[in-house]
Order: sequence, then C-alpha cells, then structure tokens
Amino acid sequence: MYKYNDFDEKFVRERVAQFRGQVERRIDGSLTEDEFKPLRLMNGLYLQLHAYMLRVAVPYGTLNSKQMDMLAHLAETYDKGYGHFTTRQNIQYNWPELRDVPDMLSDLADVEMHAIQTSGNTIRNVTADHFAGAAADEVADPRPVAELLRQWSTDHPEFQFLPRKFKLAVTGAAADRAVIKAHDIGIRILERDGVRGYEVLVGGGLGRTPMIGKVLHDFLPEADLLPFIEATVSVWNRLGRRDNKYKARIKITVHEHGIDEIRRLVDERFAEIRPTFNGVDQDILRTIEAQFAAPEFKSANTDGFEAARLANPAFRSWTDTNLTAHRADGYAIVSISIKKHGDTPGDATADQMRVMADLARKYGHDELRISHEQNVILPHVHKSNLMDIYQILRVAGLATANIGLVSDIIACPGMDYCALATARSIPIAQQIATRFDELKLEHDIGELKIKISGCINACGHHHVGHIGILGLDRAGVENYQITLGGDHTETAAVGERAGPGFSADDIVPAIERLVVGYMDLRDNDDETFIQTYRRLGAAPFKDILYPKEKADAA
Amino acid sequence: MARAFTPKVITSNLLIEGDAVWFTAKDTWSGDIAEAEFLTDEAHADLRLLEANAQKNVMVGAYLADAKLGENGPEATHFREEFRTRGPSNYAHGKQVEQV
Repeated sequence: MYKYNDFDEKFVRERVAQFRGQVERRIDGSLTEDEFKPLRLMNGLYLQLHAYMLRVAVPYGTLNSKQMDMLAHLAETYDKGYGHFTTRQNIQYNWPELRDVPDMLSDLADVEMHAIQTSGNTIRNVTADHFAGAAADEVADPRPVAELLRQWSTDHPEFQFLPRKFKLAVTGAAADRAVIKAHDIGIRILERDGVRGYEVLVGGGLGRTPMIGKVLHDFLPEADLLPFIEATVSVWNRLGRRDNKYKARIKITVHEHGIDEIRRLVDERFAEIRPTFNGVDQDILRTIEAQFAAPEFKSANTDGFEAARLANPAFRSWTDTNLTAHRADGYAIVSISIKKHGDTPGDATADQMRVMADLARKYGHDELRISHEQNVILPHVHKSNLMDIYQILRVAGLATANIGLVSDIIACPGMDYCALATARSIPIAQQIATRFDELKLEHDIGELKIKISGCINACGHHHVGHIGILGLDRAGVENYQITLGGDHTETAAVGERAGPGFSADDIVPAIERLVVGYMDLRDNDDETFIQTYRRLGAAPFKDILYPKEKADAA
Repeated sequence: MARAFTPKVITSNLLIEGDAVWFTAKDTWSGDIAEAEFLTDEAHADLRLLEANAQKNVMVGAYLADAKLGENGPEATHFREEFRTRGPSNYAHGKQVEQV
C-alpha cells in the first residue's frame, strides 16, 4: 500500500480547506453556481436527479481495511447507509448534502483518500488490474506505475483543462482485467529477454464512438514511461477537438490524424521533453515499489479446505466461481460478489463494507481491491481461511457464487440517479439476475458478461459485454438495444448491434431467449457464449432475438 | 414552422439538499409537482423561468419541463421527470418515502 508522504498529506488537507471555503461562499451567495460548478466538479461533486453525488477515488482500486471502514462511516453518517462501487474503481455516494461534503472530504483525508480529479476534463483516477500483486499470471504489479501516474497527473498544470476527461489503465499481466484497450491510454507491463518495458495503447474508449486502442509503442523502456505519456497527453491537448465535446476524446484525434501521425508527433514532443526528466521520476518509482512489497505469505496445511469443498456443495460452488489462482502456494484471490440476485450491482451497505474490512484485517493482509466489474476483492487469502470467510460472507449477504456468470452484471446508475442517462439500467440488471436465479441455469450457462448502460456514454461498458444492453429514450419511452460479441479482455472487441431495441417489459424475456438459445447452439457445455458467437456469427442469435421478423420474412 | 408550445412546469434542485423541487405561483419551491405553477403560455413561461432563476441562492439550474394537468394538479409527462417526482427505483429513497 502506498503511504502518503508529508507533501501528499499537506496537499490533500489544503484542498479540503479550499473547498470548505468555496462551499461556504456558495451557500452565502458570494459565489454563483456558474462560478462554483467547476470548483465542485474538481472535487468530485455532481448534482444529479434527486441529490448531489460525491465520487471518491480509490486509486487503482486498492484500499486497506481502515479506508474501507471510513467509506462505511461516510455511507452511514452523510448518506443513506450504502455506497456504489463503479467501473472506474471509484465509490459514489448518492445522497450527500452540500454542506456536509467538506466534512466528508476531511474524513477521507484522515485515511489518505480524496475525490480530486474524479470529475472534470482532466486525468481521472488511474485504474489497474484488480488482481494486481496477487495474480498467478502477472509479470509485474501494475500499482507502482499507476501510483506514479497518479502523482504525476494530480494537479499537473498542463492537464487541468484538457479537451475532455482522460482515462489511464495499467495491467501487469497478459490477461487484461483492466480493460486497457478501451482506455484513452492503456499500459501493459511486458518482459522481453528478462527486461521490463511497456506496451502503450492509445485511442481506445467506449461511449458514442466506441474504439479499440491502437499500439502507440510496442516496448517502451521503463525509464521513458512518464515523459512518453506526458508527450502523448500533450500532443492531444494541442490537437484535441475543443469545438465539439463528442469529438474531443483522444480516440477521435487518433482516428482523424491516424496512428502513424500521432506517433510521429508524440516522438517529436517526447524528444523535446525527455531531457527535462532527470531521473527523479524513476527514483520516486523505486520508492513507491518498495511500499508495494508483497506481504509475508504464511505456510499452512490446506487439507481442511479440500475436505470442506468435498463436504459442502454450496461452499464448493462458491469456490468454483469466486476464487482465482494466486501466485503464492496455498493462497487464493477471493472475489466478493456485490451482485446478490435482485440487488443493485455494485452497491454495498455500511455494514457490508465493515464486514469486508474485518475480513481483510483478519484474513487478508489488510488489503482490498475494487474491481471494474463492481465487485470487491480480497487479494491474498490463505485457503485454510476460506471456509471461515465464506461463512461470514454468507451472513452478510455477500456470498453469492456468481462471479463471471450471467448475474454478475455491470450496470451504470442509469436514470435512477444520473442526470445524463436516457433510461434506467439498475432495474433491468436486477430483473435479469432474478430471472436467471429463478431458472437455476446460471452455472449451466457458464461464463457470460452482460453489461448495461443507461445512455450512450457507456459507463456500464455495454460495448464490450458479450451481451451489451443500451438504454435509450425513444419518443419518451425507455427502449433497450442489444449488442452482441463485445469483449473487454486482451481479445477486445466492440459488440455489434443486434437489431431493433426492446421495451422495458420485453428486454428481460429477450435476454432469457438469447441465453437459453445459446445453450442450444453451443458445441458442448464448455463452449462459452462468446466462443459460440465467434464460431457462428450473429445470424443465429438474431434469429433467436427476433423470431417474428424471421417468420414474417419466410 | 415553430413547434407548438406544450404546457410546462419549472423545476430545479435545492442548493443545499439537492432535492428536486418545482416552482409555485407564489414564487416558492415545493417538493410536490402537484403544487407547481402550470404554465400554458410560452411568453409567460419564459418570464417565470427568469424569475425562478433569480433565486440563485436557493436552488440550482431551473428549467422548463413538460407537464400535463392531472386530478390533483400538474403531472410529469416524460419518464425522466416522473422519476424526479418520486426517487430511484432500486430503493424507497427520495420523495417516495414521504409519499408512502
């Protein structure tokens, strides 16, 4: 875990004090809303449909038990007893009052957290693989690089008024769990002939114009990372379209100029600024790396775990879906599902947050992660503790065995909260999860990613869902479009629109038809939805979705 | 050809609490859309919006929203505005708490 130094501490405290003054002046009328709005957005405070929303950064999704306890405290003290974990590894509070927000930020500062740059046209919270530092397939822990990028980008004077928001993601494994190909810049740590370097992707993103990132550099030397990223953002800051917010993202700049021209310009800018990076950044990186040293893993017998698996089918089912291979012998990565059937994806109550914090403290080397899939991870758990953990999670309503399955749905807040949304996404996710729970098919269906967005901005990542659902307003009525074949991993792809949208009443039966139909189409029980889709193409899935049209055409 | 004016209400969010509110004929803000001033004339609606927006220290971002006249007063016609009159659909939070 990164530990704030004196500079970090002072910086965040001063920022809280600044914002407290700004809020006071807004309330007493010294500041107009036009003057105040950019200031509140710089501190992660939005005004939504029913209330304010405070978005708190969880840098690269990493936090400790004390920080999780504080998130619970905020939920209980200033909100309605829960928080919403997002696809950007942040947490959002949906009901704070304006006058309380400075106190919330002050409480966060007590545990080295903040809401800086969780909004606005600046470099946002840097995200990373949620299994960072624990995954068996990892080349290197991506969090030191993410932390270096966070420090570099926070209050960076050149990048506070970018053409649009800018999102960076880092992974240290070949398997992409950080969706790096759908970020403005995606960074993958590589090792070639024993030497570390970075693959840098640029111009990915979802939203109105979904694009998969292109390779800007296939093996960037470690020491060049910061000047190279700075050069890239700098080029975009100059070229990016400020005339049209829908064309302002770097993906459009890359598309309009071409990756070769962007590479030429980045190389040119890099040559200019490289000499100004005198190595301090690398010294800082080494200091940061030392703080992310792996915990001392214990050695213990795992026979009890194996016996419990054999004896308890429910526990076995949970271990089958919610555990991932750890790099240390005898250890596992536990994904805690925040997707209990029928509940709101990503929402955790204050009590649940405290349970997870306690588990991290007692069994998990005091580490937690937030995944972009809106779940919470205990990255380092010895298998001998898994039964105890499972039983505690069960009592807390957190033991749903559905990670990666049909009910592990990403859903943005949609029109239940978001001022930008055009339709609701939460109730659709709730209904789909409930329906498949009733059908008892979830484990037979196997791996399937359903992702739902309540508007074209695609916060729910629908473009990269195996099944994507996009909620729209069609003549004053909620309407849901389905996309098929999306993929958020290292084999990333943007899903294709299946056809006309469905009403709110028809979308859940349509998804059921589609998924049950896939089970008839697959070669065998092990062929996943995306594999079947890639083998057969869209046609048979469209036939399932639109049976009437097919009959009419015959 | 200009689009015909459809009836409106003025709505915004309270500055401190963030609650959705509606502008009444008495120049106050109500949490109940049924108490909103029902605006059927475009010029009058524009004037009232200016007057509503003058209360900058009470609320944020007043705008005109489509409405119809129901049994108890104005009602929202678009689902977005309807949600604002009751709160989110996943929890009994927001205005629906008082309505129950």
